[in-house]
Amino acid sequence: MAHQSELIEKDILAYLKSQEEKSLLRFITCGSVDDGKSTLIGRLLWDSKMIFEDQLAALEADSKKVGTQGGAIDYALLLDGLQAEREQGITIDVAYRFFSTDRRKFIVADTPGHEQYTRNMVTGASTAQVAVILVDARKGLLTQTRRHSYLVSLVGIRHVVLAVNKMDLIDFDEGRFASIVRDYEEFAAPLGFASITAIPISALNGDNIIEPSSSTPWHKGPTLMNYLETVQVAEERADEPFRLPVQWVNRPHLDFRGFCGTIAAGTVRQGDEVRVAASGRTSRVARIVTMGGDLSEAVAGQAVTLTLTDEIDISRGDMLTATDTPPRLSRHPEAHLVWLHDTPLVPGQVYLVKTATAVTPGRVTRVQYAVDVNTLEQRQVPTLGLNGIGVVRLELDRAVAFDPYRQTRETGSFILIDRYSNATVAAGMVITAAPLESPDAQPVEAGTDEGAYLSRQFILSESSVSGTDMGVADLTREWGPIEFEVSPSFLDHLGKGNRVLFRLRDVGQLEPVARMAYEHNLVFEFGRDRDRVNVILYKSGPEPLPQDFEEGGL
Amino acid sequence: MKRNLTHLQQLEAESIHIIREVVAEFSNPVMLYSIGKDSAVMLHLARKAFYPAPPPFPLLHVDTTWKFREMIQFRDRMAAECGFDLIVHVNEEGVRQGISPFTHGSALYTDIMKTEGLKQALDKYRFDAAFGGARRDEEKSRAKERIFSFRSANHRWDPKNQRPELWNLYNTRIKPGESIRVFPLSNWTELDVWQYIHLENIPIVPLYYAAVRPVVERDGMLIMVDDDRLDIRPDETVQYKSVRFRTLGCYPLTGAVESTADTLPKIIQEMLLTRTSERQGRLIDHDQAGSMEKKKQEGYF
Repeated sequence: MAHQSELIEKDILAYLKSQEEKSLLRFITCGSVDDGKSTLIGRLLWDSKMIFEDQLAALEADSKKVGTQGGAIDYALLLDGLQAEREQGITIDVAYRFFSTDRRKFIVADTPGHEQYTRNMVTGASTAQVAVILVDARKGLLTQTRRHSYLVSLVGIRHVVLAVNKMDLIDFDEGRFASIVRDYEEFAAPLGFASITAIPISALNGDNIIEPSSSTPWHKGPTLMNYLETVQVAEERADEPFRLPVQWVNRPHLDFRGFCGTIAAGTVRQGDEVRVAASGRTSRVARIVTMGGDLSEAVAGQAVTLTLTDEIDISRGDMLTATDTPPRLSRHPEAHLVWLHDTPLVPGQVYLVKTATAVTPGRVTRVQYAVDVNTLEQRQVPTLGLNGIGVVRLELDRAVAFDPYRQTRETGSFILIDRYSNATVAAGMVITAAPLESPDAQPVEAGTDEGAYLSRQFILSESSVSGTDMGVADLTREWGPIEFEVSPSFLDHLGKGNRVLFRLRDVGQLEPVARMAYEHNLVFEFGRDRDRVNVILYKSGPEPLPQDFEEGGL
Repeated sequence: MKRNLTHLQQLEAESIHIIREVVAEFSNPVMLYSIGKDSAVMLHLARKAFYPAPPPFPLLHVDTTWKFREMIQFRDRMAAECGFDLIVHVNEEGVRQGISPFTHGSALYTDIMKTEGLKQALDKYRFDAAFGGARRDEEKSRAKERIFSFRSANHRWDPKNQRPELWNLYNTRIKPGESIRVFPLSNWTELDVWQYIHLENIPIVPLYYAAVRPVVERDGMLIMVDDDRLDIRPDETVQYKSVRFRTLGCYPLTGAVESTADTLPKIIQEMLLTRTSERQGRLIDHDQAGSMEKKKQEGYF
């Protein structure tokens, strides 16, 4: 590790001073199995002198033993961390690599080009600011290239490098390179990247990785390292409306009440007026407290503790915001959902929705459509399976403050957690809150539909239960025996993924509901609500996905 | 007005966020304190996260009884100065059986005194979350470790079945008996740690600084004679050399490097100019191929 070694040797204090101002860039590399992605990252580590002698000795030994470069150094072996992967010659998960130059520290998310691709790539990309998309110069754009680019744009990355690799194998053909770049720019136009930078490289030989390659005199753009060191990732976050999700309330004694959290967007100054998203109460910032002394100002990305001038009720889960541009408070956000788990989404089932501020029970009421990551076509599907991506409508048990993900990642993202297995099953990005809700909408009890039943026989039809977001059949005022008459429109309604809530007076009313479910192949969830009973009825199980919906091929 | 955070400011903020999230979501967290430089940084970040309150969790040190004496002195001083409750756990069963790094080999010794000791302590106090100072850049198998890393009721890590971790939204849900290991320094490198210690003036164990110390050369490493339990073999002679430690563990298993770096900038200078990675000074990683991965699956930190 010997960058700036002269300065390090002669004046270590000056060197340390120069390193204090270094910035941090997180990026992701995307490529298919043979695009040379691991080789590229290995190369970056290598060329930035981040490989130590003992690692080098191990690398040389490994290259001879299991390398794919005929005994020459196989840079990819630097990366394949887990034994099982090494044996199979594949990487199977997201790994993070670190290297640094004199100007920047880099965190690279390295994701496999295999099955689970969508899941791992979305995970790795969620914290990245730049994406390096690898293309094999011999093959040009592939289905995977389109898929990677779509996912990168979905996750909100705005700067893309098109790294055309293996240029040595096409004799550094300028015309071929230009035509790949043209194809890509045309394809990527609708994805709305802020910048696309194309670089002809050979990861194996190091062309245009650090130094400009003598084989590509026609390339006027930067080398890859050049680009990574200098790209300006929009740091306009400080100018966005202020958002502080309250993570923890610090009360060491009665005279101190600090609201701790990481500023998600904007800037806060002593004396600023702030608003509590849920209650609408406002106050002013008294102090910005840190162990190193109070600050007069703090910006997005900083973890701070605020005290306010007024005693207002704020707890974990609340969000402090700018007064003039509050976030949307919604129970029914619409969002892109990426399904991460083997068990498919069950519309209507309760999941835990974890956002920047809170964990709230909620359900997906409707899958509007799924997106085919290869063709970008939208299609109607009943549910989402592993690696499926779609636009869904959610219903949360209480209103949560959101911003559109495109505007602020931190306050527009969420994960879904399965309540029983505790698995993280999906990642969500809020598109918008439901259009009809006012910002002050509070959770309301869904009203009963008087026409939904007769004295003893309930007629269940679509019209009797629609009208509210979740259909409700209220049996709490029924004292006698009941039975149901089920119309085809009611079953259709459920078949589309809708759910109907039955409010029962007591557990004795469960039997007719269960019988109806049995007769019509429906399933229900059962829950106690104080001394009452709630049953949520929906169409049984997810239908099998069409074969080509799962990611094939890779 | 300067608005771009430096890389250390960003790393610091991320770590503080992680530490606060644990305290908010778990009922009984603990911070594993190994007394090394990474622990020193983690402890400093914990203080920052909750200032002006003291951090609302105890420190746990799993003492193998073979730590350097200076480490133990430093540990007790730091806990007292920072207002932490300090829990020291020793695997008494291991002590009764006379387990030592000399008689049982480093692999078995580490397993019993460290891994088993840690599990005992976590079970005894029923901690549901434990902070560790591990970094992803330390070793290849760590590169894929999550920041919130799930452990079964038997403390096992399943590298093939990790929860996806997106944005800074951490899934903290566990069932009774299960736990989460949390690594707030995941994205720090060795250089980041040293730079931060320098910038923030964080106290570290004096063993990191070069001084003349008694050592013997054994299996290609310089082992410090920290007390009279070190059996000097007939072919060994105790020499006095100016040495320091790049990493701290159990003294019979931790190799010193010859050095004259007696200040922090000199240590960093030496680190930047040297070309041997940090964990090489630890015997336990060299025992078998993929050895760290195996140990971790079994519950080692």
